[in-house]
Amino acid sequence: MMEEIRLIEVKEEILADNKGLADDLRANLKKSRTFLLNLMSSPGAGKTTFILATIAALKSKLRLGVIEADIDSVVDAEKVARTGVTAIQLRTGGFCHLDAAMVSKGLEALDLDRLDLVIIENVGNLVCPAEFDTGAVKNIMILSVPEGDDKPLKYPLMFSVCDALIVNKIDYLPFSDFDLAAMRERVLKLNPGIKIFEVSAKNGTGIEAWTSWLEKETRAFINP
Amino acid sequence: MHELPVTESILNIVLKHAAANQVRTVVSISLRVGEMSDLEDEWIQRYFDYLSKGTVAEGAKLKIERVPVTIQCSSCQNAYTVKIREEKDPKCPQCGATGGKLIAGREYYIKDMEVR
Repeated sequence: MMEEIRLIEVKEEILADNKGLADDLRANLKKSRTFLLNLMSSPGAGKTTFILATIAALKSKLRLGVIEADIDSVVDAEKVARTGVTAIQLRTGGFCHLDAAMVSKGLEALDLDRLDLVIIENVGNLVCPAEFDTGAVKNIMILSVPEGDDKPLKYPLMFSVCDALIVNKIDYLPFSDFDLAAMRERVLKLNPGIKIFEVSAKNGTGIEAWTSWLEKETRAFINP
Repeated sequence: MHELPVTESILNIVLKHAAANQVRTVVSISLRVGEMSDLEDEWIQRYFDYLSKGTVAEGAKLKIERVPVTIQCSSCQNAYTVKIREEKDPKCPQCGATGGKLIAGREYYIKDMEVR
């Protein structure tokens, strides 16, 4: 005779393990007084150039570190290391995103007691990194003008999980049909609290407004 | 693209509950996944079939219920669902306002499972 089918109530969040690890990581960062920023974007949006511009603006004010995630190369970490800032390269070996466990490995290699701000350059991808809490205190993303103003429609999750949106390559605006007002409205609909910064990491436009926000957020976390 | 780690998490949770309830076979697993997620049902099932080989969950069918993206209008508080990837600039059907707050569509949840 066939056994009867029973129903078991599970009622669990699928990514609870990662979330728990990420919460532990944030608690440790609070203790070591280190602010962790997770930077996400598609490939080619200008993450590395943007990080270099951020480093140049904040180097004299905060002690910085960078964790670079890349599928399999060390090019970006080498560029950052040339600025004199500590850079750790995490090879994700084909993984499309970073999770809290991988970030925790990266942080082990840094002396957190001597760092105020660590920036994670996540894998270039607007889909997967949005799903996984890395343990960062704030999440930000870059959308570059050449990518188009329709990206919030295609990758709504990414736009909804970020605390700040950097609209990069703003110097391209005159040569494109990118509709800044429409893009803003789409993003604010998904995420009414998001801060939007229009910058050009290449020529420095808007970098000051962005870095003063980041400095303020960092200080609020490390010296409450 | 990230179906593999997500599927691993699903399997781990299912096996934990199976062990705690002396389950011999998991028949099906009901999930609630928000429309905001890019997970493909077909791939979750394929990865699940692969990862669950040799466990009590081998052969279990994943039943995925999609939760629509729901926005609460900022001017009249009406809650309405939107096809987030199709509607370019959704408006509140009641008052026509465009602002609002996301109140559903990001779920990632295991509801229950049928077992023998």
